[in-house]
Amino acid sequence: MSSSENNNNKLRSSRMTTWEGCSVLLDINDGDRLVFARLSPAAKLKIGNKNCSLQPLIGCPFGTVFQLDTSSDKGPFLSPLQPQGNINKTEEIKDSQSQAESKDGQLNGESKDNRSLIDNNTAQSLTGEDIEDMRRQGAKGNEIIEALIAKSATFDKKTSFSQFLELLTGQPFLDLVLVSEWIELKLMISVQEKYRLKKQKKHAPKVLIRRPVARSICEAYFKKYPLKIGFLQVDTLSLLLSMANVSSNSDILVVDMVGGLLTGAMAERLGGTGFVCNSYPGQAPSMDIVRIFNLSDEICKRIVRSSISDLLSQKESPQQNPNDVGSVESQSNDQMCASISMEETSHSSENVISDLGAENNTFPALRACKAIKAGKKASQEIIDSWKENGFSSLIIAAPDLDTLTLVKDLLPLLSNSAPFAIYHQYLQPLATCMHNLQLEKMAIGLQITEPWLREYQVLPSRTHPFMQMSAFGGYILSGTKICSSC
Amino acid sequence: PPTSAADLKSTDRPLIAVGVRRRPQEKPVKILVLIELKDLKMLSIDTTRKLSFNRSISNGDLVIVYERHDNMKAVTVSEGSVLQNRFGVFKHSDWIGKSFGSKVFSNKGGFVYLLAPTPELWTLVLSHRTQILYIADISFVVMYLEIVPGCVVLESGTGSGSLSTSLARAVAPTGHVYTFDFHEQRAGSARDDFERIGLSSLVTVGVRDIQGEGFPEEFSGLADAVFLDLPQPWLAIPSAAKMLRHDGTLCSFSPCIEQVQRSCETMQSNFTDIRTFEVLLRTYEVREGKTESKEINGNGSNGSLPCKRRQCSDGANVLSYPNSSVMARPSGEARGHTGYLTFARCLS
Repeated sequence: MSSSENNNNKLRSSRMTTWEGCSVLLDINDGDRLVFARLSPAAKLKIGNKNCSLQPLIGCPFGTVFQLDTSSDKGPFLSPLQPQGNINKTEEIKDSQSQAESKDGQLNGESKDNRSLIDNNTAQSLTGEDIEDMRRQGAKGNEIIEALIAKSATFDKKTSFSQFLELLTGQPFLDLVLVSEWIELKLMISVQEKYRLKKQKKHAPKVLIRRPVARSICEAYFKKYPLKIGFLQVDTLSLLLSMANVSSNSDILVVDMVGGLLTGAMAERLGGTGFVCNSYPGQAPSMDIVRIFNLSDEICKRIVRSSISDLLSQKESPQQNPNDVGSVESQSNDQMCASISMEETSHSSENVISDLGAENNTFPALRACKAIKAGKKASQEIIDSWKENGFSSLIIAAPDLDTLTLVKDLLPLLSNSAPFAIYHQYLQPLATCMHNLQLEKMAIGLQITEPWLREYQVLPSRTHPFMQMSAFGGYILSGTKICSSC
Repeated sequence: PPTSAADLKSTDRPLIAVGVRRRPQEKPVKILVLIELKDLKMLSIDTTRKLSFNRSISNGDLVIVYERHDNMKAVTVSEGSVLQNRFGVFKHSDWIGKSFGSKVFSNKGGFVYLLAPTPELWTLVLSHRTQILYIADISFVVMYLEIVPGCVVLESGTGSGSLSTSLARAVAPTGHVYTFDFHEQRAGSARDDFERIGLSSLVTVGVRDIQGEGFPEEFSGLADAVFLDLPQPWLAIPSAAKMLRHDGTLCSFSPCIEQVQRSCETMQSNFTDIRTFEVLLRTYEVREGKTESKEINGNGSNGSLPCKRRQCSDGANVLSYPNSSVMARPSGEARGHTGYLTFARCLS
């Protein structure tokens, strides 16, 4: 037990630091830009109009923040930023109007409201003549404004925005130059900070290395290229994994038409035991996203493919030599690899990484091309064992396929009492499927669920849900297969 | 069967020995009950216990008795026992040898289904000693804390063990969950539950006041994830920071927004990526609706559809087309607010 614990610890610690050839998620400027990249000495990242090598990122712990350093003569390079205590300041600055409010609020610690304001134009006791006098005496704009504020009975009770309005409207003699100077000093502090941040993002952008795991990959794709993952939101994905009881030592059947995100997430949870059988009618779908997960060889071996017809076929197919099939597959894969890598090298000599959602959205990882590890065709031996024992559970995420026929075909392949979960963006196909399953008594505990996720901004006196939210994360039909013949 | 300690040593079958004390007035009698080690009943870590067409229910198995989707209970199969409910009397002996997922009948002809336990089903049937977490929060937490096999997870408080069960599933077979509760009796009940569902090798329950004392020093820097469900989580957050390795994840669950605010404030010193969510589930009902669309004075141009023609008293013809369609609508009842989930990454 202790030696396996040691191995376990080594594996875990190696997962925490980047290595040459690993894939990373680069979070540039706090989520403004999200890029998946594979780290190699030749890899480069384009930030703004500069190309930087990603070499410094190799061998660093995930979670390290880098900043673009333009001081060197050799050109711009990325250097690690020391973590500061005020990292969370950016969140404060996002909410700029309330930022100004809070500055005042924090100074005197009281909350402001408008209950005691009386609008009868008597609030300001400094007259226009007084202002002219001050100006003739050479008082600067902000001095005049400060005087105005001091003489106003209601000024302090107002929030900054209202203060600005009072200055503009309450004083007909006050010219805009004066007001703008005041504005520049008081109210625009938050704007200056925003401006500074914007310039900082452009000229000294920050790059955070995130570990590509189910959560980060799903969120990145959902934000930038949701079509590729069938609009599968992270909470919906997490529900699918729970409802289908995805755990080690399970053989799980999946129909993954969401780019491989689901397959990768499942394989992650299996951790190198059991199998994920990626099944499909007709042509095998893309599994690009699986490669981003940094799955170990052990885990990759557990991801296999098999067409639905192969799984359902009655014959044992003894004539087929599984080795031949395997080698033919890997040969064609190698050829595919070779042709794609040639494309890559001719495409861009600098090996610049493309952003998510950009036209060329194939993951340019195939440069260092070994045989594709994940997604080997399932051997007949394994298929036979699945026929013997049944799958532990089933997940379907296939928006373009007919749900009911798919479920009817695949449900008999599941062990009895095996749970299943089906994701769809539309309610009707799931409703029809649920109804049929009920009528034919193929499953119990049937339920259609719609998850609802909302994020909150939590700041002192400014806690509320974010103004923007995703309205929709899809529907899930879940249930448990029952023994029909018992 | 072995009747003495000497016999126990000679057998090479794994077994559990349990001592039972009779009523206090009587002289205490120790009874050795020998059971086969049905380890890991819920998780198929032991491949012989995996869900399979070939696996049937045996004596000592935990089954989930499904009466209706909202009426289930956990029962440990014991030869000679019965289950009694409104459908009648069910003999456990009838269950043994049947496949999971089978329909079983009572003496009155009523029936229930016997399902294999999963953490989801367990959450719905476990005895509530405290308010528990449900699947919406549980699944999100496991994903957002990035828990995978091999992880070490610290949890406080244990409560009724609803989340712990799912955490155990996520870290199996090489990881571990260390869960703490300051209430000794509840910790004991949780321990018993984990034993019953076969998770004892993955979950360790400790009795400790995490708010007052923090997590044990021995875990410093070793935790991949920490989960807090405490009334005053800010008191435990500094300790959580010590426990977590660099880039480890923290989650704090609090029903009240004031707790969330204070927790977030405390997290500022050692954590980044602080995000707060709430997650809810809405369920839908489905039924087949039979409606009739009536066309007044129609000429039957929808020739392909079957229809009835009826003459009205005023001379008009009414064609009616029977339709049946499956319709779905949101359920009226929903599980509402449970709590806010705040996540963060450790900067140690």
